[in-house]
Amino acid sequence: MTATLGHTAIIMAFLAALCGVVCPIVGSRPGLERYFSFTRTAILSQFVLVTLAAGALIYGLIATDFSIRYVVFNTTRGTPIYYRVTGLWGALEGSLLLWEWILIIFSGLVAWIYRHRQRETMPWVLMVFSIVSAFFLGVIAFVSNPFETISPVPLDGRGLNPLLEDANMMTHPPLLYAGFVGLTVPYAFAIAALIRGKLDEAWIVATRRWTIIAWFFLTAGNLVGAWWSYHVLGWGGYWAWDPVENAAFMPWLPATAFLHSVQVQERRRMLKVWNLSLIIIAFSLTIFGTFLTRSGIISSIHAFSSGPVGSVFLIFLAFVLLASFGLLAFRADLLKGQPELDSMVSRESAFLLNNIVLVSALFTIFLGTIFPLLSEAVAGTQVSVGAPYFNSVTVPLFLLLVFLMGVGPMIAWRRASWDNLKRNFLWPSVASLSLALALFFWRIRDFLPLLGFTLLAFVVFSILYDTGLALRARRRVAGEGILRGLVTLCRRNQRRYGGLVVHLGVVLIVLGIAGSMGYSTEREATLGLKEHLSIGRYLIQFEGLKGTQQPTHFRVEGSFRVFHQGTEWGILSPALKFFPTQQSPIGRAVHRSSPSEDIYLILSGFSDLNQNQATLKVLVRPLVVWIWIGGFVIALGTLLAILPLGKASPEEK
Amino acid sequence: MAWRRLILSVLVIAPVLWLLAFGFTRDARYIHSPLLAKQAAPFTVTLFDGRQVRLEDLRGKAVFLNFWASWCTPCRAEAKDLEAAWQQIKDRNMVFLGVALQDREQDARAFLQEFNITYANGRDESGKIAVDYGVWGIPESFFIDPQGRITYKHVGGIRASLVTAKLQEAASGIVSAKEGKEDYQPIR
Repeated sequence: MTATLGHTAIIMAFLAALCGVVCPIVGSRPGLERYFSFTRTAILSQFVLVTLAAGALIYGLIATDFSIRYVVFNTTRGTPIYYRVTGLWGALEGSLLLWEWILIIFSGLVAWIYRHRQRETMPWVLMVFSIVSAFFLGVIAFVSNPFETISPVPLDGRGLNPLLEDANMMTHPPLLYAGFVGLTVPYAFAIAALIRGKLDEAWIVATRRWTIIAWFFLTAGNLVGAWWSYHVLGWGGYWAWDPVENAAFMPWLPATAFLHSVQVQERRRMLKVWNLSLIIIAFSLTIFGTFLTRSGIISSIHAFSSGPVGSVFLIFLAFVLLASFGLLAFRADLLKGQPELDSMVSRESAFLLNNIVLVSALFTIFLGTIFPLLSEAVAGTQVSVGAPYFNSVTVPLFLLLVFLMGVGPMIAWRRASWDNLKRNFLWPSVASLSLALALFFWRIRDFLPLLGFTLLAFVVFSILYDTGLALRARRRVAGEGILRGLVTLCRRNQRRYGGLVVHLGVVLIVLGIAGSMGYSTEREATLGLKEHLSIGRYLIQFEGLKGTQQPTHFRVEGSFRVFHQGTEWGILSPALKFFPTQQSPIGRAVHRSSPSEDIYLILSGFSDLNQNQATLKVLVRPLVVWIWIGGFVIALGTLLAILPLGKASPEEK
Repeated sequence: MAWRRLILSVLVIAPVLWLLAFGFTRDARYIHSPLLAKQAAPFTVTLFDGRQVRLEDLRGKAVFLNFWASWCTPCRAEAKDLEAAWQQIKDRNMVFLGVALQDREQDARAFLQEFNITYANGRDESGKIAVDYGVWGIPESFFIDPQGRITYKHVGGIRASLVTAKLQEAASGIVSAKEGKEDYQPIR
């Protein structure tokens, strides 16, 4: 019953999406304009139907309706209700439904917010939404159906992959999907502008907030994924440059570039073709990412089920790329006659350089990700590309980006005068160079980390210095104190100060990455009872093994007493979990964070429980905690940039 | 002009799409095992009956080496087949050796009893043997010829007929070109 309801809703939504695609085309004929209004109805009915279908699947999962195949493979009678709901995106079929659901929620929001505005553009925007939605609904209805039934009905389900039973299951996939789907909004407006041939700045202004929101979700989704990997997977890392991670990260690069380069177009009416290309690429990469993870064409440590979905996604990717760039090629004549760069020393050129760096990073990561394919196609040999390639290629690019992050927001538009440069950058440069000197004499002698820390300091100092100057002006003009002045500044120029706070967040993340990449140490030892190993300032003493039968698995836990410079920090208990349905045990690492470093314990093996011997791996990873703090700072900055706190600037209407 | 630009973008996009489509023609998960045709790593394992077995002592015989654990579902699936295969060949110059990995002793013993397994079985207590053989998931099986070379490797559950056939090949020193895999199930 639930299955029939859900599947019927999906098929009806698919038909509604097809109507949504056809209506604007019919409506563009003279005399048939009334068809335009149906595009919104099409979106609205898709919204209702897809919500119904998603509700049906969630209901099936909660009620453990084992007549539905998807429910069997993603839940059991013993699964807590929390993980029954998250089972909605525990596997391919449900994930696609979640994606479609978020997409149609975004489309519905757009349709509703712009119900009285942009009357000429909206039918085309909604048409693009319907095209994308029709694709996903088609896949869900005919290729990868979450409502497929199973007979005979089993008594109990097989349950989620144990690694997915984690609190982050509630955050990571939905955030990432929201980021991917969010990019559809500026893409849809861009394509609508191309179709109509109205290529002024309207589409950029209309989607400004959407782009920022999508960018934030994308950033948060990736960060939470890193956090998940760090605290659950038990290898002590948060990023492995695995194809699946790259797939989630790649759209972030053009999206970030886009976020900056649209400002150049808004101010100077430059980079029109470039901006359109960026958003097309960013959107295509969200489809490419799903293709990559679901087609199985590249080997990955993330084991996803694969099937016919891969080829369907490839066909859609081809359609998106060819249609979008085809449209761009036909409209390029309208995009001519842009102003040229006035000077290489200006904010435009800083942003342009930022774009070049981001796109280069995208290119190198893309190349590294598909290189195994390329080498096999061209040379017939299998190679694998690992972290060393990605690190050595992207680290210099990202350092350059950090430098630009300090320069871009402060340098003048059009042409920066010598005075402007001196006023904005003299003191921040002096301060960061002094810090570099101090770090050098303290203990940091390696070139890359030293350069990294110096550049980070430069960004922070330039932001503080600029804000300080602005605060001084506030005091002179209005007699405001620091706090009052900050509030006024933020309210008057939300986007600027929101952006600066986001930059500070990025600085913290880079700080965490630099610290943990450059200065991690690790040791591994097999310990008998009361034996210890020492690493850095830590001493770790083995206190025994304990085995317990849990509802879904058998858990072996080692207890280790941790001493930090002689003071006891208490007991940390990493564990190995043995699931009857898994081929190998699943580790549960534990760590303890402090602002300066994390200590991370992994139980890698053990003897018989009664013999009390355990093999322990310990990692000390400096500054990791700042990565996660940086994420929160970015969230704050994003809110500051988009919340309607002050007076909206007139052009935003 | 527009056509020129259009053709140009197709020329850029098409090769990328072709490359991605090419991916469907190959199996990205297949990794050629560097162990095939190489000398098998020596080890000593204590059997559940207390005897010790050294791999070197088995020279002159074809060896079937199987890694398993009592908690591993595909191992349960293949257990009967392995015993059946052993019954077929046990009077020939061939040896079966099971090695339990990451398992508790009483569970492993219970497993052997449940499936009436009569060939030699021991436990890799430190996990070192598995590391030497590059085991990444169980069950995993290796076939070793009388000179101590690995002739075939099988990832995942294996059928009785394949065990006897590959042992026959091992006995005559035939090295397979590829490792095999069966009942392969991705981790869900």
